[in-house]
Amino acid sequence: MRNNKEVGMTLIVKTITRLTVGLILLYGIYIVLHGHLSPGGGFAGGVIIALSFIHLMLAFGREMAFKKLSQAWASVLESLGALMFLSIALLGFLGGYFFFNFFLHKGKPFDLFSAGIIPLCNIAISIKVGAGLFAIFAALILFQGSGKEE
Amino acid sequence: MIEYILCLVLFSIGLYCVLRKRNIIKIIIGLGIIEYAINLFFVLVGYRIHGRAPILAKDQLITNMVDPIPQALVLTSIVIGLAVTALIVAIAIRIYEKYGTFDITKIRRLRG
Amino acid sequence: MCSLNMELHLLLLFMVFAAVGAVEIEDLLSSVIAVGAVGLGLSLAFLILKAPDLAITQLVVEILCLIILIRATIKKDLPLIKDGRWFFNTFSTLSFIALFLIFAYFALKELPLFGQPTMRVAKEYIQQGLQKTGAANIVAAIILDFRGYDTLGEATILFTAVMGVLAVIRRVGRINEE
Repeated sequence: MRNNKEVGMTLIVKTITRLTVGLILLYGIYIVLHGHLSPGGGFAGGVIIALSFIHLMLAFGREMAFKKLSQAWASVLESLGALMFLSIALLGFLGGYFFFNFFLHKGKPFDLFSAGIIPLCNIAISIKVGAGLFAIFAALILFQGSGKEE
Repeated sequence: MIEYILCLVLFSIGLYCVLRKRNIIKIIIGLGIIEYAINLFFVLVGYRIHGRAPILAKDQLITNMVDPIPQALVLTSIVIGLAVTALIVAIAIRIYEKYGTFDITKIRRLRG
Repeated sequence: MCSLNMELHLLLLFMVFAAVGAVEIEDLLSSVIAVGAVGLGLSLAFLILKAPDLAITQLVVEILCLIILIRATIKKDLPLIKDGRWFFNTFSTLSFIALFLIFAYFALKELPLFGQPTMRVAKEYIQQGLQKTGAANIVAAIILDFRGYDTLGEATILFTAVMGVLAVIRRVGRINEE
């Protein structure tokens, strides 16, 4: 049916993927960074970033996708995101209680650099969610079992 | 009132699917429908007629916003639902690999 | 006000029909697509109910959920086999669900009317949100500043789920592969 050298999908899908996967990643980063000004936030942005890598894996096969983000790196990034979120919360002890919003009034409202720790928390959550969902997807799709495939 | 009733009808369709179907994938689909119905119910409770989305705009005084607390609760619930679905699907794939079938009556009878 | 209720009712009816289709169709791939239709209808319902954060999140999560579910449909569905107590089981399930709906109707009468919530806690969050946190998005201010513990718990759940999937899928080591 298919020669063994062809991985991934057909040529049309590969061409379109090359054009759009960078835009999807950029859109995800935009939704994360503007989480305190417009709808979105860390969770939706993290899922969109994971979807861009999944798109790459579905169109080009697993070798190409693992060159961009290997499985070991995905585990490391996910733990790093969780640790960053926890350390931002614990640093609030400097101000008196858990989750204290230090540098609160260092920017005007409705600006990109405002709202204290909320953008930092959004970035940490997006890294965690994105890497974690990509690790789940890579493990589920590439599961071979004991070799009994149809 | 009728919106709440329709939402609970959606919940009971999912409940029927979880109770009566024999295929594991159908049970997972029923669980997904139950989650959708519960998230919708939360947001329905917090709606306000002629309300506005809970986002402030520059130089505008907004006095009638919808309730933002159910939205904050449902936001995390949606992502948790995805994680739970992925975990159940992983277990179902393992079950298929070990027993060769998705039928839950046969899985119960095989021992060892 | 009338036009909003009409859109919402039609959307809810569409979701109910799509859910009935997802439950009753025997082909697994078609029922997964029907669940996708329910999820997209839910995203539109969130938009009508003035919750844009939730609409974006539900849309992308629905896409990912569809991809994972399609991976699971390896084998086609079995035909319906009516073993001995099929009629009794179906009848008792339907009567239990009818009883549940009747009691739910009496319980729902205690809720405030649809569209007039009692926003006692939310009033303070809305009035002091911009001044206390500096964020324009009130929902983001709630989940990251006023109620940060819940987000910490949710991050823990996601972490545990990823660990669980990787532990279940891992291949148990074999010494020699034939």
